[in-house]
Amino acid sequence: MQASPITCTIPNLSTRLLVFALNPLVLLNYLRPEPVLPELTMPSIVSIANLSKTYTSGYQALKDVSLDIQRGEILALLGPNGAGKTTLISIICGIVNATAGSVTVAGHDIVSDFRITRSMIGLVPQELTLGAFDTVWNTLCFSRGLFGKKPNPAYLERLLKDLSLWDKKDSELMSLSGGMKRRVLIGKALVHEPTVLFLDEPTAGVDVELRKDMWELVRRLRESGVTIILTTHYIEEAEAIADRVGVINHGQLLLVEDKRALMHKLGKRQLIIELQTPLSALPSALDSWALDLSAEGTHVTYTYDPHKTHTGIDELLQVIRDAGLLLKDIHTTQSSLEDIFVSLVKAKP
Amino acid sequence: MNLYAIRVIYKYEMLRAWETSLQSFASPVISTALYFVVFGSAIGTRIQHIEGVPYGTFIVPGLMMLALLTQSIANASFGIFFPKFTGTIYEVLSAPISFVEILIGYVGAAATKSLIIGAIILGTAGFFVPLEIAHPFWMLGFLLLTCISFSLFGFIIGLWANNFEKLQLIPMLVITPLVFLGGSFYSVNMLPPAWQTVSLFNPVVYLISGFRWSFFEVADVSVGVSLTMVMVFLIGCLITVWWMFKTGYRLKQ
Repeated sequence: MQASPITCTIPNLSTRLLVFALNPLVLLNYLRPEPVLPELTMPSIVSIANLSKTYTSGYQALKDVSLDIQRGEILALLGPNGAGKTTLISIICGIVNATAGSVTVAGHDIVSDFRITRSMIGLVPQELTLGAFDTVWNTLCFSRGLFGKKPNPAYLERLLKDLSLWDKKDSELMSLSGGMKRRVLIGKALVHEPTVLFLDEPTAGVDVELRKDMWELVRRLRESGVTIILTTHYIEEAEAIADRVGVINHGQLLLVEDKRALMHKLGKRQLIIELQTPLSALPSALDSWALDLSAEGTHVTYTYDPHKTHTGIDELLQVIRDAGLLLKDIHTTQSSLEDIFVSLVKAKP
Repeated sequence: MNLYAIRVIYKYEMLRAWETSLQSFASPVISTALYFVVFGSAIGTRIQHIEGVPYGTFIVPGLMMLALLTQSIANASFGIFFPKFTGTIYEVLSAPISFVEILIGYVGAAATKSLIIGAIILGTAGFFVPLEIAHPFWMLGFLLLTCISFSLFGFIIGLWANNFEKLQLIPMLVITPLVFLGGSFYSVNMLPPAWQTVSLFNPVVYLISGFRWSFFEVADVSVGVSLTMVMVFLIGCLITVWWMFKTGYRLKQ
């Protein structure tokens, strides 16, 4: 089933059906009225309408994507490699021409008003694309000049200090570690004081400590009013810092939702019951409960909707006791954004 | 007009040339000096005057053109190809810069480097042969037009090339033969009539002829035709670059 293009917050019917096909448990949630999220009232800073891209090789990287990105939010675009995340960002930034559709930034078209839109945008690319022999200071001055800004040594000093690169300002780029190069790229993207920042896989290949530093930096930038769009395939990254999450695969935007609402809607909960004595098969009294018995026969799993008034847990435990089974332990698990992402992406061929 | 952007691109490219000055400036000058030694001093002394000009002096404009054409193309093509190759071009493409400003930055720097090389070669030639310039204004005009138009041509090659082999392909297989067969070391009038006609299809003939006229008032074709051909080539290059940026050919596709 093909998902039709969706706008940022309220998926249309075909998208709901797609999501149901992926995970039937969410049907009831999707048929409920959509909660009005506070972000809906915020103005869009980036509006993407029916965007498509087919490369000269014939490969269709984007298929009729529509999306509104709200001012001041952190939007995480999740998707596997080759999903179309980088193509989407590249079109908005002016690096790739779109085949069809339009994009506006703060109401300005990215083609006809490219000077205005590009001045507002900063981009941190996925690859560590830096000149080898330039110094940190010079490469930042170069970037600032490209964006038509006069030199501002005081701002550059503050930026480098924020990025913990001040002591490396005279170092050649080739002498820096991968993490430092990544920070230089962030510095280059911020050097012209943009209001929209695109981070394309910002923490790819970065160690855990630096990743958390970057998350902190992203949060600080958001607090200063910068809108941030990051692509990632680290689910924990989206889970940790994003306000909204978009899932993109095979060039189609499958879903864009408030992160908490998404987890609320699509997240399922499981009750795991550990038995004192292993079973070879479940008693017939439990046939109607759709339970899973582990291969060892020691664990019974019951998947339920935590948002229902009657989850069935109480009745289930009673039936288990009536069947004479002795319990050793009992606990519940909540599906993560990663589970949701995998279920969404796997459903598309 | 984004003047800051033009300035940083121009400065970056000039700095790159300065940091590799041996390769950028010394190498073409040494090559040209060797031509003077071999063709001017060694062989040239045994060749009669050509159209009243001593052979060693006669080849000066041709040698300058040889260096200018190859260096303009090499500088400009590498200047834009290398950021494409390393991926740093993303920064230029995502900046608020029009293609005109990109051209002024990259092509302006490449043309400046070629002008400097031309000036050094001219100075070097003075050590080997007696030299007088009949029309300095025209000489400077041809010099400028050649540097700009062939830097533009090099820029096109840099945009078109998607590997190092293609980057070298046209300069080695097309430009160098055209320059050698375009009258760098001889007058086209010295060729048999049939080859004179064939030579007229070589655009470099018009460049060298016009440039040589500005030195010695000796030309294979009229100076007006030379100037027109250079202008046509320049406009053709400008239209091609405009089309490449408009369509995103090999840049944004």
